[in-house]
Amino acid sequence: MSAESKQPFAWHGKIERNITLLGVFALLVVLVGGIVEIAPLFWIDNTIEKVKGVRPYTPLEQAGRDIFIREGCYLCHSQMIRPFRDETERYGHYSLAAESMYDHPFQWGSERTGPDLARVGGKYSDAWHVQHLSAPRSVVPESIMPNYAFLAKNELMAGEGGTMVGELKALKLTGVPYSKEDLAKADEDLKNQANPDADNTSLLARYPKAQARDFDGNPKKLTEMDALIAYLQVLGTFVDVESAAAQEQLAKEKGR
Amino acid sequence: MVTVISRAGIWLALLLLSVLAMVAAKDTAFAVQAGTVAVATIIGLWFTISKPNYSRLARGFASEDVDSSKYYDDVIRWGVIATVFWGIAGFSAGVLIASQLAYPDLNFQPYLNFGRLRPLHTSAVIFAFGGNALLATSFYVVQRTCRARLAFPALARFVFWGYQLFIVLAATGYVLGITQAKEYAEPEWYVDIWLTVVWVSYLIVFVGTILKRSEPHIYVANWFYLSFIITVAMLHLVNNLAIPVSFLGARSISYFGGVQGALVQWWYGHNAVGFFLTAGFLGMMYYFVPKQAQRPVYSYRLSIIHFWALIFLYIWAGPHHLHYTALPDWAQTLGMVFSVMLWMPSWGGMINGLMTLNGAWDKLRTDPILRMFVMSLAFYGMSTFEGPMMAIKSVNSLSHYTNWTIGHVHSGALGWNGMVTFGAIYYLTPRLWNRERMYSLRMVNWHFWTATIGIVFYAASMWVAGITQGLMWREYGADGYLVNSFADAVAAIHPMYVLRVVGGLLYLSGAIAMVINVWKTIAGSPLRVEAPLYNVEYNAAADQPLVAVPAE
Repeated sequence: MSAESKQPFAWHGKIERNITLLGVFALLVVLVGGIVEIAPLFWIDNTIEKVKGVRPYTPLEQAGRDIFIREGCYLCHSQMIRPFRDETERYGHYSLAAESMYDHPFQWGSERTGPDLARVGGKYSDAWHVQHLSAPRSVVPESIMPNYAFLAKNELMAGEGGTMVGELKALKLTGVPYSKEDLAKADEDLKNQANPDADNTSLLARYPKAQARDFDGNPKKLTEMDALIAYLQVLGTFVDVESAAAQEQLAKEKGR
Repeated sequence: MVTVISRAGIWLALLLLSVLAMVAAKDTAFAVQAGTVAVATIIGLWFTISKPNYSRLARGFASEDVDSSKYYDDVIRWGVIATVFWGIAGFSAGVLIASQLAYPDLNFQPYLNFGRLRPLHTSAVIFAFGGNALLATSFYVVQRTCRARLAFPALARFVFWGYQLFIVLAATGYVLGITQAKEYAEPEWYVDIWLTVVWVSYLIVFVGTILKRSEPHIYVANWFYLSFIITVAMLHLVNNLAIPVSFLGARSISYFGGVQGALVQWWYGHNAVGFFLTAGFLGMMYYFVPKQAQRPVYSYRLSIIHFWALIFLYIWAGPHHLHYTALPDWAQTLGMVFSVMLWMPSWGGMINGLMTLNGAWDKLRTDPILRMFVMSLAFYGMSTFEGPMMAIKSVNSLSHYTNWTIGHVHSGALGWNGMVTFGAIYYLTPRLWNRERMYSLRMVNWHFWTATIGIVFYAASMWVAGITQGLMWREYGADGYLVNSFADAVAAIHPMYVLRVVGGLLYLSGAIAMVINVWKTIAGSPLRVEAPLYNVEYNAAADQPLVAVPAE
């Protein structure tokens, strides 16, 4: 007894003789880091500084986002501009936390095999996107992006078998502020946004800065290409980062 | 008999459920997945009904006699074969997607595009190859170090086959476009629930065996395996919280979004590396390195310190994946500081492993399997130095988003995880199938060298590619404008992408040598006729007294 207790780690003998102690301690030790680092993000106010203009995605944009996810675009394209001179010059104003607050899950990415897309909205025409997605090397010879020509052929079967209501409801459960009207008109919005003949006044009133037009150059058919381009064209356009009011707000931002 | 009937009943119920899900599915991909489950339940049902010895059951005996004087090794044999199989699948997928980056015409839309195959590659190597290696070795090690037969053998069989079903569902899902877009946690909600069931069963088998142990102390390898199983369960449950859009469809909405979602994801992502690929594999290292070197572990105290320090510090390191993003600064700084501190317990493990060879270093000349273990520890040491360095914010500002990260991951995955797994397979195969030794030690040696040179090609080309990208993106000319377009940087690293394919092919060819070697060993082929690895030549002509010869 006495000989063993003088050993510097004799106390550890108790733990390594008892699987319950070992398991409970191992769990407690790994819980600490997560609790201290992650939990405060849910209540510290300045984690997401409020900015004017951020809104939930329209059903068509959200359907396009689902295609972005399905094809694994996030594996090569980030959506997070860092506050460096070269990045803000190349891609635009650095990304704000609020701009991705309705993204479930986030699409910040981890790799730039291709360029950042956080502010790609409005940079290129719809026709350029159609051409680029169908055959990337026909517009950018150095590109190593796969071809996505099939998107223009596939009819959009958004969400669950063509309806976006369930998906918008699930998003609302996580805290995305869709109104009752948004939910009720989800499928109408989905079809009309890419239809140049439809009356989109209600959609445009509920989703400011939404763009309603035919995106893929084929107004007769609502395709996956329509949805994906609708999503790409809205990326980074919600917040008018260059406006005087926004600049003033950003100047006050702390913690960066 | 009652168990046979109730098990068959469970399979039948699952079969009906999966067929119903297939018929009522809201999207084609989900229907295909439900169909896959239905096929799996038919196979399960068939084995449940056809396997038992009914004449014995009718007389009131158990279907088979259990020889409790032997360890339960069936699951481990399957696990070794599965590890080899998924290893080849994962490495081949890696070579294919690496080739796609060098030659984009190798993308075949829509199913074989890079975006769908990349998660297939990462999941195949991490969860299928690495996961099966961890399952097999943990069941082997826990029995030997506890001197107890595996608890709940039937549950262990369920863990093995359930895990294979998880892999098949995840892999086919990616090709069909089912993903929740979280790196290394891509499978959707129903696959996540299934994995949770399998994982809890795994914990029960593992802890159950430790409870049966005949040794008073729990060996250090088991501490690592235990913390790996517990922590992966915690990470998996929290990160995959999601609201299914429909219970008959594949899609779900991730509960966490934006900033919080990003940190939860990288808390998970980094600790998938920390616990799946580090703690679990350290468990392997703590058993197989001392056994192969035939030396005791270097330091008991060091193993205590580095175990607790490693599991405590690892959890904090996640935010280094989010430097300079919209994540609050305080979290980034915490992540950086803890990542740098993590260097110490990581090297504690490396030192404890390498110093175990004290007094046995000469064996490296003759034993290619030990050589693999030592090389794996060397790569572990190198990547756990590189990692903390890349977690420093100023370094990260250059390295983030570039191929440097890819190179870093592969020096760890190919070097540390791959090599230690190959070593363990070479250790286990002859013992599990009662053979004298592996079919060929020369082939093990070939595997060692092709793998090592392959990793060097891989890591070096990705360093050059990554630093090239980082510097080109931020290069300004004297006129104050950016010098390079993004496409310039893509074109500049093309040669490095090609060299990376060469490295991957070398690594894959080594693994193919392993397949042949393992195959021949299991089949019981006579040992390959080959020159021994170390032999001092005997020269009979020189072995005689020098006699003076008179001059002519």
